[in-house]
Amino acid sequence: MAAQLVPTRRVRRVRAPRTLPRRPADRLKLFRTPTQKLTIVVLLVVYIMLPNLLTDFWLDVLARCGLAAVGAIGLNLLTGYTGQISLGHAFFIGCGAYVAGYFGVQQNLPLAAWLPLAAVIGAVIGAVIGPFALRLRGDYLAIVTVGLLYVGAHIFTNWTSVTGGHAGTATAAPVAIGPIDFNHLHAFGQIYTRRQGMFWLCWGVVAIVALIATNIVRSRPGRAMQAVRDQDVAAEVVGVSLTRYKIGAFAVSSAFAAVAGGLFGVVQQFVNPTDFGGAPGLVLSISYVAMIIIGGIATIRGAVIGAVLVVGLPQVIQHFSEQTHIPFVKSTTGGSGVLSVFALNQIIFGLLIIVFLLFESRGLVALFERARGYFRSWPFSR
Amino acid sequence: MTKFLELCVQGIATGAQYALVALGFVIIYRATGVINFAQAGFVVLGAYLAYDFHITLGVPFYPALALAMLAGALIGVIVEATVLRRLVGQPPFVVIMITIGVLTIIEQIVPTIWGANPLPLGDPWGVKSKKVGDIVLRVSDLWTIGIVFGVVVLFFLFFRYTKFGVAMRATAVDLEAALAQGISVRGVVAVSWAIAGMVAALAGVTLAGGGAGVRPDIELVAFAAFPAIILGGLDSPGGAVVGGLIIGLAQSLTAGYQPEYASWLGQGFNLVMPYFVMIIVLMVRPYGLFGQRQVRRA
Repeated sequence: MAAQLVPTRRVRRVRAPRTLPRRPADRLKLFRTPTQKLTIVVLLVVYIMLPNLLTDFWLDVLARCGLAAVGAIGLNLLTGYTGQISLGHAFFIGCGAYVAGYFGVQQNLPLAAWLPLAAVIGAVIGAVIGPFALRLRGDYLAIVTVGLLYVGAHIFTNWTSVTGGHAGTATAAPVAIGPIDFNHLHAFGQIYTRRQGMFWLCWGVVAIVALIATNIVRSRPGRAMQAVRDQDVAAEVVGVSLTRYKIGAFAVSSAFAAVAGGLFGVVQQFVNPTDFGGAPGLVLSISYVAMIIIGGIATIRGAVIGAVLVVGLPQVIQHFSEQTHIPFVKSTTGGSGVLSVFALNQIIFGLLIIVFLLFESRGLVALFERARGYFRSWPFSR
Repeated sequence: MTKFLELCVQGIATGAQYALVALGFVIIYRATGVINFAQAGFVVLGAYLAYDFHITLGVPFYPALALAMLAGALIGVIVEATVLRRLVGQPPFVVIMITIGVLTIIEQIVPTIWGANPLPLGDPWGVKSKKVGDIVLRVSDLWTIGIVFGVVVLFFLFFRYTKFGVAMRATAVDLEAALAQGISVRGVVAVSWAIAGMVAALAGVTLAGGGAGVRPDIELVAFAAFPAIILGGLDSPGGAVVGGLIIGLAQSLTAGYQPEYASWLGQGFNLVMPYFVMIIVLMVRPYGLFGQRQVRRA
């Protein structure tokens, strides 16, 4: 039974890009080409400038995209690179949010303490769950991780001293690093709003997490993880320890999820069990899986692009529906039209999953790459 | 003792519903190797269709139930023909996510057509109860148990004694060998989806009966059948029934006794009890109680 994750249906003749370095060692470099270096510079400029250009509403949306990207990168390490299906990602996100609530708000620890603590706690819980992946595979693992959501919901509602039970708990943990407080940033005589600060915080964390993830996947553990994904029995035969890398992938992925959850707590300021547990948790987990499918399985950028699309698109549609009338859609409760905006968004979401898996199972990243290849080899492209 | 017996009957009734939902999952899994998350959507659709036939169109209840089951079968066949047929040979991850995509769409179609409020199913069972000795039993529970066991027996007879049933079992054992013997695998797959749609509609009706009403969150009950499937083993119909009953009994007995004897486990522990049973069983038997152990080669 091949544990193949990314189907290779269409075989294409691929021309090696001219910029690919000859020496194998160069291919492992973090930034391979001048274009990549340029992209980093452009992204940095956008990162710094964007909060000055957008309204607070869109900054909030983008901050949520950013924290989702952190979680999606984590899930992509587990599902995309290691091939372990998990529908329990929301549980780890919840753990992170409650760490923000307990250690950040109740114990009043600073950002530099509670956020790493969230990662550590997430990693430990992930490592405890990990052994299940050694025993189970594919379909069974997917369903057991669904069970995790329900067990998690039970813990979240009953451990009231930490989670506040059904009523929920405040999670607006402190977000100051030394003198820089992301709640009240001021520099060059300018005072920035909380939303602007949240954007910088979330996307700053995305950059750090993306760097860590890139370093994992381009080095020995990354190659081992992909070997486990492609053929775990074969990987074990050539000396890859399944125990180590499956549990390790779970730990790292949950650590990232918990960091995302901590950021979610800070942005949302208040959470309760219906944010992560049971059926809503399943919806949240599914949306994370959708992010990596739509963005691109087993790519770091894909996870980020997917997160921006899955979190951002519903907001854009919501906004658009308030401005103009979309046929068949009622923009306000009691307005005309058969479909609510929420329903429309969910249907688009479902269709996106189906369409991408059927027609481009390697996601948007592959679409970009194909377009780039087309123009690069023009006029010989087909 | 009275309480124990009452809880047992309730548990068996709940378990019978789980068994029915689980049976739908297992039939499709055996024929195609697909875990069909959209099954939960079929359950909800089935209940609403029964409501439409019975209340809106005025068909008597039992014929309406039969019509809903036929419609459920049709929905199953349509989903298979339009979406799932394209996915033969794809890895499980892809297939699971596609069925989740289908579920997401069904989930939104239902409240768009019927609204989000509970609707009365108008079943003849209602909220009536019956006294046997000291034990008070809900009529709808008794009917559920009766109907479900009738269907399960029919189903096993079909599998055992009809030509098509044998063809279905052959396909489950070895798809290529079945093809070579001239069995229409495509037909087997379509019939599997049809049967799954039928039992889903029946499950939906029993879930909405007994005064509970037709409501979108019937779907959640369908998800609660997951532990039952895993417990019995994904590819064993008998396992689905046994798993469903075990989970139903465990849940109802926990609901009855845990608040009294083990309150430290927290409120609503009965809702997560199935998952603990599932996890414990899986640690001992990774392919469920009756599931076939897969041999893996590199």
